[in-house]
Amino acid sequence: MATGPVIRLRDLQRTYAMGRNEVRALAGIDLEVAPGEMIAIMGASGSGKSTLMNILGCLDRPTAGTYELDGRRVDQLGGKELADIRNQRIGFVFQGFNLLPRTSAQENVELPLLYDRAHHHRDIGRAATAALERVGLGDRRDHVPNELSGGQQQRVAIARALVTEPALLLADEPTGNLDTHTSIEILALFQALNDRGLTVVMVTHELDLARYVRRVVELRDGRLVRDEAVRDRRDAAADLAAGAASAAS
Amino acid sequence: MRHARLFRIAVRSIARTKLRSALTMLGVIIGVGAVMVMVAIGQGARSRIEASIQNLGTNLVVITPGASNAGGVSRGAGSFNRLTIDDAEKLARESLLLSNVSPVIMAGARIRGGGANWFAPIFGVDVAYPVIRDWATSSGQFFGAADVRAMRKVCVLGATVAGNIFPGQDPVGEQVILRGVPFKVIGVLAAKGQTADGSDQDDCILAPYTTVRTRLAGRQFIAQILGSAWSAADVEAAKSEVSAIMRESHGLGDWEEDDFTVRNQADLAETATGTTRVMSMLLAAIAAISLFVGGIGIMNIMLVSVTERTREIGIRMAIGARPGDVLAQFLVEAVVLSTLGGLVGVAIGYGSSWLVGRLTGWPTTIAPAMAGLALGFSAAVGVFFGFWPARKAAALDPIAALRYE
Repeated sequence: MATGPVIRLRDLQRTYAMGRNEVRALAGIDLEVAPGEMIAIMGASGSGKSTLMNILGCLDRPTAGTYELDGRRVDQLGGKELADIRNQRIGFVFQGFNLLPRTSAQENVELPLLYDRAHHHRDIGRAATAALERVGLGDRRDHVPNELSGGQQQRVAIARALVTEPALLLADEPTGNLDTHTSIEILALFQALNDRGLTVVMVTHELDLARYVRRVVELRDGRLVRDEAVRDRRDAAADLAAGAASAAS
Repeated sequence: MRHARLFRIAVRSIARTKLRSALTMLGVIIGVGAVMVMVAIGQGARSRIEASIQNLGTNLVVITPGASNAGGVSRGAGSFNRLTIDDAEKLARESLLLSNVSPVIMAGARIRGGGANWFAPIFGVDVAYPVIRDWATSSGQFFGAADVRAMRKVCVLGATVAGNIFPGQDPVGEQVILRGVPFKVIGVLAAKGQTADGSDQDDCILAPYTTVRTRLAGRQFIAQILGSAWSAADVEAAKSEVSAIMRESHGLGDWEEDDFTVRNQADLAETATGTTRVMSMLLAAIAAISLFVGGIGIMNIMLVSVTERTREIGIRMAIGARPGDVLAQFLVEAVVLSTLGGLVGVAIGYGSSWLVGRLTGWPTTIAPAMAGLALGFSAAVGVFFGFWPARKAAALDPIAALRYE
């Protein structure tokens, strides 16, 4: 693992051609994320956070500027290399879970390993089972997404993101489709993973959730307008316990 | 991605839409099945034709009136008659390479005898005829040289004629009346079966050519002169010798073309199988078209499948599938689909050619190599028609694909 930042952006720009006009979705972003950070990217819709997320996730390339992931320039890579980076260095968690339907949790989690050219010797089944156990779903391995609650589906998605042991977990509105209690459960899981050294970058527009991360950056019109550490960071597991206690009393 | 996994994914996604996959495969199934049946029937027909041409006789040389061109394709053969008894007699006298020669005079006649009526061709032939045709009698005997010389009114019945006019009894010694002329039956021929074109060789009456020529009124012509070479090695040389003698007999100058045709069994087989070859090429073309249409069906359904599974493609790309992985996934699916169709088609082909064989009595056999070829071809159809949809899937933008609803 590199000792430098996991993410280093220098004057990152992204413009879209809309007919004759050019839309600047990102107008020069400078950002560094150190290993073990847990950071929330906030901003209204249209602020450019989705574009930033796509570039961070190596789904899209910047128009200008540089992006170093784990010490490696990735802004000029081709489709094949980007696919391998997504597979090995990045774990994705989406708002809509994006599990394959009619496919068991176990097989959903195995999926990234099937595309993993670097670790073909690994026991795919055991690695997937271990990842499911890490998110507390060891007993739901054979269930298909339809048979799982929203929170459980998102846990399967997190297990799928973790199974390749990525440098970076990218979560795009991970709790957008979940109720408050389940959202805090997911945040508790992120915090637990973060405590063990995983770097987590989460896009959200919910201020409540930003209290659980270590650092918040805010985007507006394609620029960073705020970048500050969270002082009184809350412990999601403790909140859940307190909530349970207050509900019980 | 591992091959076994690719295959499993493909099989599962096909199994998920069973009806649709089955309907998609139908084109390939029908195409391959048709090819198999066509080939089986074609081969059956050919081997039957060859067998029946062997059945014509041994080391046979056939002279028919009318010219033919070098390719062996008939150009109005038999349109005018230039064969005479003199030709036959000259050949018998002068040919060194033919062991036997017999003219065949054809006349049709109503036959009365034993209280029954029957219509059959009458062949006026020489004593060598049964030797050339390798045709034995099952009862009585064939007429001899004395009968021919004396123009005796004797005849030998084909098995079909004998069975119809004298059912359940031996006609030898009985009398039949051919065109009002009484003939004595002195023999019955052994059954020989059908010719390549399905006509019954046993439905005929043989009589001395001299008798037929003089006693039977009506239209007569020398349909052919049959000869047999001493040995199989002599057949080709015999053909040229026969040509030379015939040209001399007809007084043809060097500049004139033959007004007769000389063929051996190989020539006859080629002419007969030529038609079936054209037929099977035609049918193969139809089968190819149906495979093509089947391939388009696969392409169509794969395009639908790619659109339907855009989100799945997006997910796979987001978690690290390379464009090549996505391409392989859909290509394998198309190939599995078409090969499965090919397998079913081969099975149906075997089944129907067995059925055709049973119904027609033809030896309809499918060589395993043919089944393998058909399978390989259907796999190729899958690759060819699956490629474009698969490439379309691989070229999707992961962001747009993930957002696709």
